[in-house]
Amino acid sequence: MQVMTDLFARIFGDGLSPVGLLVAGGLTMALIMALVMALCAIVFTWAERKVAGFIQSRYGPMRVGRWHGVLQPVADMVKILGKEDIVPQDADKPLFLLAPFVIFIGSLMAWAAIPFAPGFIAADLDLGLFYIFAVSSAATIGILMAGWASNNKWSLYGAARGAAQAVSYEIPLTLACIPVVMITGSLNMNDIVIAQQGGIWHWHFLHDPFLFVAFLLYFVASIAEVNRGPFDMPETESELVAGYHTEYTGMRFAFFFLAEYANLFLVSCVATAVFLGGWQPLFGPVFLPGLVFVIKAVLLVLLQMWLRWTLPRLRVDQLMHVCWKVMVPLALICVLGAGIWMLATGQTG
Amino acid sequence: MSETATGRGWGAQDVRRELHSELLEINMGPQHPATHGVLRLLVHTDGEIVQGVTAHIGYLHRCAEKIAEGCDWRQWMVYTDRFDYLAPINMNFGYAVAVERMLGVKVPERAEHIRVICAELQRIASHLIAIGTFGLDMGAWTPLLYCFREREEILNILERISGGRMLYNYFDIGGLRYDAYEGFERDVLDFVNIMEQKIPEYDTLLSYNKIFIERTADVGVIDVATCHAYGCTGPVLRGAGVPFDCRKDDPYSIYDRFEFDIPYGEGEQGTVGDCWDRYMVRMREMYESCRIIRQAVDALPGGPVKAEELKKLVKVPQGSLYTRTESSKGEIGYHIFADGGSKPFRTKVRSPSFSNLHVIEKVGPGMMLSDLVATIGSLDIVLGEIDR
Repeated sequence: MQVMTDLFARIFGDGLSPVGLLVAGGLTMALIMALVMALCAIVFTWAERKVAGFIQSRYGPMRVGRWHGVLQPVADMVKILGKEDIVPQDADKPLFLLAPFVIFIGSLMAWAAIPFAPGFIAADLDLGLFYIFAVSSAATIGILMAGWASNNKWSLYGAARGAAQAVSYEIPLTLACIPVVMITGSLNMNDIVIAQQGGIWHWHFLHDPFLFVAFLLYFVASIAEVNRGPFDMPETESELVAGYHTEYTGMRFAFFFLAEYANLFLVSCVATAVFLGGWQPLFGPVFLPGLVFVIKAVLLVLLQMWLRWTLPRLRVDQLMHVCWKVMVPLALICVLGAGIWMLATGQTG
Repeated sequence: MSETATGRGWGAQDVRRELHSELLEINMGPQHPATHGVLRLLVHTDGEIVQGVTAHIGYLHRCAEKIAEGCDWRQWMVYTDRFDYLAPINMNFGYAVAVERMLGVKVPERAEHIRVICAELQRIASHLIAIGTFGLDMGAWTPLLYCFREREEILNILERISGGRMLYNYFDIGGLRYDAYEGFERDVLDFVNIMEQKIPEYDTLLSYNKIFIERTADVGVIDVATCHAYGCTGPVLRGAGVPFDCRKDDPYSIYDRFEFDIPYGEGEQGTVGDCWDRYMVRMREMYESCRIIRQAVDALPGGPVKAEELKKLVKVPQGSLYTRTESSKGEIGYHIFADGGSKPFRTKVRSPSFSNLHVIEKVGPGMMLSDLVATIGSLDIVLGEIDR
């Protein structure tokens, strides 16, 4: 936000009070983040289809927009805007109408603490990492609301699975980030990125073996956290029809979709900032920080898409088994191991 | 709660009594992605655990057997196409063999060879769909598209030979409707060469994938006794470890001339008769079909493709006969009654999917909802054939 407030200060000079500057800067950042989210959905839906097509020896969208169907997401958006907004007769109406926004807002709020570039962060919170995990849990409430309010048994199944999965996988997700917090000694996202200055060997995922494992754990848990294959339990289109959003149509369905892709990018951004050096380039001085950050995050997103289109899906009990009996103990070992490593090498947080 | 403090167990049964919970009754289908057609399963579930399954069928009933009484013998061939719309040639084959046996007609050698080639191509096509959609049921999208890529080649060959891509109506009583086109043998051999290279690709992508094995091994175990009780045949029976195949054990056409093996389940990844075994039987049968096709193409003679002595209007002498052949789903049987006229007096079709499907009511209870989907997928049912 520093960048924005500086910008406004330069434009308006002394015409704006410090409070005014803060409000104007905050609003602009919020707008930018909302746009980033919308852009995510547009770019990634297209990319997902192209990646799927590439993997499945077909083309994917080719018609709309002349070059490789680049305007396909726009056409889809227009189509989805024209769809009838159906609320099932026996649905719990207020909850049904509210659920998409809860999911959407939970995802949007988390964007506030993502450091895209030096000074370009909507809210430079001292508890940044903690804040991101906390607000992104709100999506679970949205899933439960949607599943319950639809008054559809398949939706309820999806919601129950989704809630169980999200609650479980948040634990290894958070635990995997703890070693980084120990090394950096801060939960501030900016500090975490700055601590990785000086080329790829200073990035946290190569700091020590335990952190490398922690990075892998974070990556796997993050796929489960955003409910994508091979962990797409809440949707499981072959079992639960479409899971918790079976009954949603038109724009309300689009909000779920938007949130899914925004979350996908969000977890990749967090991984980039925490483990992969954030805006720091592979080597040399800081150069086009925003671009470097986005490229790293997009590569992680593509990796997630690759996995989704390659692997079958786990069963719901196997999913829990992987979480509680494999990933949580491993994450705890990583926390312990990283601590011992710090003592042994004489580092202090 | 006080009861637990006095030492009573806190099992699921007690929780249910305390909370007055009941089973969830849920309709899987007729519009549901996992039912492979218009099948409706009434499922009773306790959370994720299935307590009871009832299959409700009949949504695709078209009175095909009754219609036969109004068609002449040749005309009904068109309706046999529509039984198993994923393997129509195998359905044609069974009916053609049945009527020819009743007539005592000798089918020309060339026709027999082309029949076998087409039937085995069709078997591969049908198994490709079975494997692909089974993968889809497990959440693996990509194998389905790969399977369709290879199936497309088969459809191209069958389209060139018969004119149809889905329903061929290619077999005729006493032979084939048309001779094969020029270059048929080359096309078939080209395809077989490609197919044999692609099967290891599926194995890498799906069969030996750790998650896939976790999802299918030890799941939906159907043992031999259950198979016998329900009349299961085809890959379901072979998956249970019984190497029974009508092509070998009750040979029809010219299958006794070819060398091929009958794959059967051995419990490689878990128990004999689990979903993985049934899946793998299909995978290995594709290899065997390729072997048969190679031999048939090598031995393909020239000559006519229709029995000369058959007149335009077939009249079958009085009598009844049950003929069974091996379709991709199992034993397809035609029980035909003839009264000496130009139309069948009565027909009864024994379809393999019908018997295979109803096992789900026996093995379903006690498994998880996801496993139910896996088991249905591994049975490879086609509703057109069940309802007829």
